[in-house]
Amino acid sequence: MNGNGTAPAGSPPPGAAGDLLRVENLVKHFASSRGVVLSRTTGQVRAVDGISFSIRRGETLGLVGETGCGKSTTGRVLAGFLPATSGQVTFDGRDAGETRRGRRHSLHRDIQMIFQDPYSALNPRHTVGTIIAAPFRYQGIMPPGGIRATVEDLLSQVGLSPEHYNRYPREFSGGQRQRICVARAIALRPRLIIADEPVSALDVSIQAQIINLLSDLRDTHGLAYLFIAHDLSVVRHISDRVAVMYLGKLVELADNELLYAAPRHPYTKALLSAVPVPSTRARRQRLSLPGEPPSPLNPPAGCRFHTRCWKAQDVCRTTEPPLAGDDPRHLVACHFPEPAPAPAAASPAGR
Amino acid sequence: MSQTRPARPHDPGRPGGRDFLEVDDLKVAFRTPDGVVRAVDGVSFGVQRGRTLGIVGESGSGKSAMSLAVLGLQTGKNADVSGRIWLNDEELLAAGPGRVRDLRGAAMAMIFQDPLSALHPYYTVGWQIAEAYRAKTPATRKQAWARAVEMLGRVGIPQPDHRAREYPHQFSGGMRQRAMIAMALSCEPELLIADEPTTALDVTVQAQILELIASLQAELGTAVIIITHDLGVVAEAADETLVMYAGQIMERGTTDQVFSDPQHPYTWGLLTSVTGLDHPRRDRLAAIPGTPPSLSDRPSGCPFEPRCRYSDRTGGLSAGSRPPLRQSAAGQFVACHLADETRAGIFAEEVQPVL
Repeated sequence: MNGNGTAPAGSPPPGAAGDLLRVENLVKHFASSRGVVLSRTTGQVRAVDGISFSIRRGETLGLVGETGCGKSTTGRVLAGFLPATSGQVTFDGRDAGETRRGRRHSLHRDIQMIFQDPYSALNPRHTVGTIIAAPFRYQGIMPPGGIRATVEDLLSQVGLSPEHYNRYPREFSGGQRQRICVARAIALRPRLIIADEPVSALDVSIQAQIINLLSDLRDTHGLAYLFIAHDLSVVRHISDRVAVMYLGKLVELADNELLYAAPRHPYTKALLSAVPVPSTRARRQRLSLPGEPPSPLNPPAGCRFHTRCWKAQDVCRTTEPPLAGDDPRHLVACHFPEPAPAPAAASPAGR
Repeated sequence: MSQTRPARPHDPGRPGGRDFLEVDDLKVAFRTPDGVVRAVDGVSFGVQRGRTLGIVGESGSGKSAMSLAVLGLQTGKNADVSGRIWLNDEELLAAGPGRVRDLRGAAMAMIFQDPLSALHPYYTVGWQIAEAYRAKTPATRKQAWARAVEMLGRVGIPQPDHRAREYPHQFSGGMRQRAMIAMALSCEPELLIADEPTTALDVTVQAQILELIASLQAELGTAVIIITHDLGVVAEAADETLVMYAGQIMERGTTDQVFSDPQHPYTWGLLTSVTGLDHPRRDRLAAIPGTPPSLSDRPSGCPFEPRCRYSDRTGGLSAGSRPPLRQSAAGQFVACHLADETRAGIFAEEVQPVL
């Protein structure tokens, strides 16, 4: 493990042997440069700065956070689109970095990705059949029954008609395009799908269709999801556990019910209170966060949230709190977390 | 927009004067090679000073085409705009484009969804706000600059005299949206139309922007129209709500009526296909099947009929004729062929439990 000056944030929960994906102290920095011809590196954008979590088999982990917090970078590193700066990713007990270099293909079958924008994710010059069959071609796989029959089966699995095989993406609406993307993602029978904002570009009535489709596929194929989104209500609906990210760090990682019922990190609390509720009955007290997130080029020392936190004290400005907790189902990185609900015998102070 | 008003706004029995903004039977159609696209098809509503109207609709529901028509910006040679729009008892569609241009910016202003494309990248933010102010007032350059700095300060941008000299790319998304609001409000318009003002923003910034619009509205007495697809934003920000689908109004009432006692099957579908944070978790979302109709080839009957799961309970009416917007037993206006008793039954049995 390449520590980057910080201790590994929280140890994986017990029973880690059953984990499908383990991420330990993952770091992804981008060089920020100035000048075009004689460009020189002026700093590091610390997009992902040491995060650790795991995803169990068949589990959906929601990853939420605001623009620029590093959640999409995390997804892209895990999908293999970007090399990690440091840290260890283990998939099904194998070192993902090594596997990907050596036996290049196996992880690319097991981990697939669904993108936010179903318009730019599909090649407009390819037919639907070609698009969905692409993973077979790249991997050199001939599915039993032939490619065409398999693709037609995939189309019906995602709620499209097999007759759409020879159509082009332009003939489909946004929701239908996202179904095509889903069909392509499940073509190789992956075990983990990284879905980066899969419904945020869709209309409300279509979002629900795609979310239901993803739930159905999880049940029929035993899929695990890393569900990256900024919409906290959608994440609450689909996730088993939820990780909250702020400026390259995980600030809270907890079971769905625990996180939404009693968030312990002040940032999570503010985030939840800012979500507008589609009801006029329950207008809630809103915790307004001052200012905007600091730049990941130069993150604040200590706890990264201290510049906007109403509970910040001196220790927050100097010491970074680890992601920890007495209850392994509810980890929080805060020196002064909100008290855990009554049944858990957690002490309010962090360590 | 009061609840007691008759269903047809041009009904001669309407008491009192007009609302501050009143739109009557507005139609916007575009002639395209593929046929006539009826983006807005007979929409009527009103907004009073100091009140907020929320317009909810999905892509293609005509909500943006309508707001551009109100501002007199549907000027393309292929756009046909008909109906009547009164702003402060002045009819805008009959008024000349010069008059509407004078009003735009001064009496009515708009905030667009994407502030990066609405601001010019070449000029400083302060210059752009000052320019907008000078175009509508006799202010000198110096006064206009001072006004720009003052407005930036008022929308909560720190060090406004310094930030006014910066360019849009130096602003974050939330700050750009604040700058847009500062520009829109620099002439203290009486009508502000915000088209998806927070869609590109994070929730914590969205909360700040909505609070900002509300506080400036309270201060200036502005009539505000918020156009959004986010039901949560409407529930929090709007006094009255209009639900649009395929260029027509499906339901119109106070926000409380529309969210607590919705009447239209489309509104039911919208409300049950999202999961509020306060709702219990469900296994499945009640998605609306199908996709919105093409605006150039709309169903001849109710536009929602192909996706409506209750269309078989209208005795065939919904396939054949377009339902008029009429007042329902619950008080709000609804365009649906379902009989009131049938509707109440469906609502109590199928919708209320999952709402």
